[in-house]
Amino acid sequence: MADYPQKLKDVLADFEFVTTRTERAEMLVDIASRFEPVPEHIATRPYAIECKVPACESEAYMWADPLPDGTLKFYFAVENPQGLSAQAMAVILDETLSGAPLEQVASVSPEIVLQIFGNDISMGKGQGLMEMVRAVQTNAKRALAEKAG
Amino acid sequence: MSEITERGYHKPEVLVSTQWVEDHLNDPNIRIIESNEDALLYASGHIPGAVEVDWASDLNNPLRRDYLDQREFEALMSRLGVTPQTTLVFYGDKNNWWATYAFWVFQLFGHENARIMDGGRNKWQSEGRPMTREVPQYEPTNYKALPRDDRHIRAFRDQVYQHVQANLPLVDVRSPEEYRGERLHMPDYPNEGALRGGHIPGAVNVPWSKAVNPDGTFKSAEELRRIYEEEQGLQPDEEIITYCRIGERSSHTWFVLKYLLGYERVRNYDGSWTEWGNLVNVPIER
Repeated sequence: MADYPQKLKDVLADFEFVTTRTERAEMLVDIASRFEPVPEHIATRPYAIECKVPACESEAYMWADPLPDGTLKFYFAVENPQGLSAQAMAVILDETLSGAPLEQVASVSPEIVLQIFGNDISMGKGQGLMEMVRAVQTNAKRALAEKAG
Repeated sequence: MSEITERGYHKPEVLVSTQWVEDHLNDPNIRIIESNEDALLYASGHIPGAVEVDWASDLNNPLRRDYLDQREFEALMSRLGVTPQTTLVFYGDKNNWWATYAFWVFQLFGHENARIMDGGRNKWQSEGRPMTREVPQYEPTNYKALPRDDRHIRAFRDQVYQHVQANLPLVDVRSPEEYRGERLHMPDYPNEGALRGGHIPGAVNVPWSKAVNPDGTFKSAEELRRIYEEEQGLQPDEEIITYCRIGERSSHTWFVLKYLLGYERVRNYDGSWTEWGNLVNVPIER
């Protein structure tokens, strides 16, 4: 699992024990129920196009807000109210990567989508969720570059 | 929206209202089936008694780009606890995209006792009708299916090519931008690998969403004829092929043409643009 933040490792480990599709879906639905859209002090509609996650069927947006300790806090909006998969992904990314060391965030592979949602996720859905991970990863890399530069 | 029976459909009985479904929640001869784009929706809540058919894992062959075979369909139906006499009612998100897709796949096996719930999941929820997270358990049955017959409602690559050579009509149900080749995929959707943009020669562009009202219910036959016949010149006696990117949106239009407008010879090309847009040396127009 490379050098992932411990919270992410814990979540991935939880999903390793999933044995049925129903069980996985119920876990993800419960995670999605914790989704809170981006607060107004970060962004209001209409959201900036540059914050839109490409290729996401549920029209997700992402913001990375610098924290005093140099890490990032990640916020999301999911405009499709039925986009539960995107909401679940947003919660996982925020809860496991917000406040984590940038080097670790930058190392997270989009393939965690398969570990979380299962290898049989449809190509289209999988691509969109992976783009959410890439969006977070890209912001972490950018922040690292700015620190170095 | 007027009552379904007043909309002038060719086969109005194939559509049922949300009220009809609620009135039949406890009917043992009915099985309600939910099919969605987002696989988490069913688990988050569904119509009481509804079972889930996931388009990706339940209907598609995991190895080859094809659908389940006769034996696998029998296993699926047995698991759902249905018989050939059971009336299946499909519904789902995205204005019933995936519900009509599942409906179409089930027709490959000749289960004609099938309906679509007008308005889909959204309408049911917006009307405040009951939802549950309880997953029903039905006694497995011993369903005997007909052999899969793709001939009448499914079109394959070579057939589409012959169709084009014969200057026969197609309906491209994608967005105008995809049809014109300005985009390779739906806005906000991933590019699932089409190397070329444009449309199949002879195709008219009627985005699938033109067939539904804002609440997801199907438009009246009069409105649909205006869209497909007056505006696009299609005729009910023509041989028509519908397509999109993987055959899901086009199954929605296939349903409209066949059941609501009575087109006898409509086939869905499920290879659609993810196939045609990658084929070497086939004709493409922009």
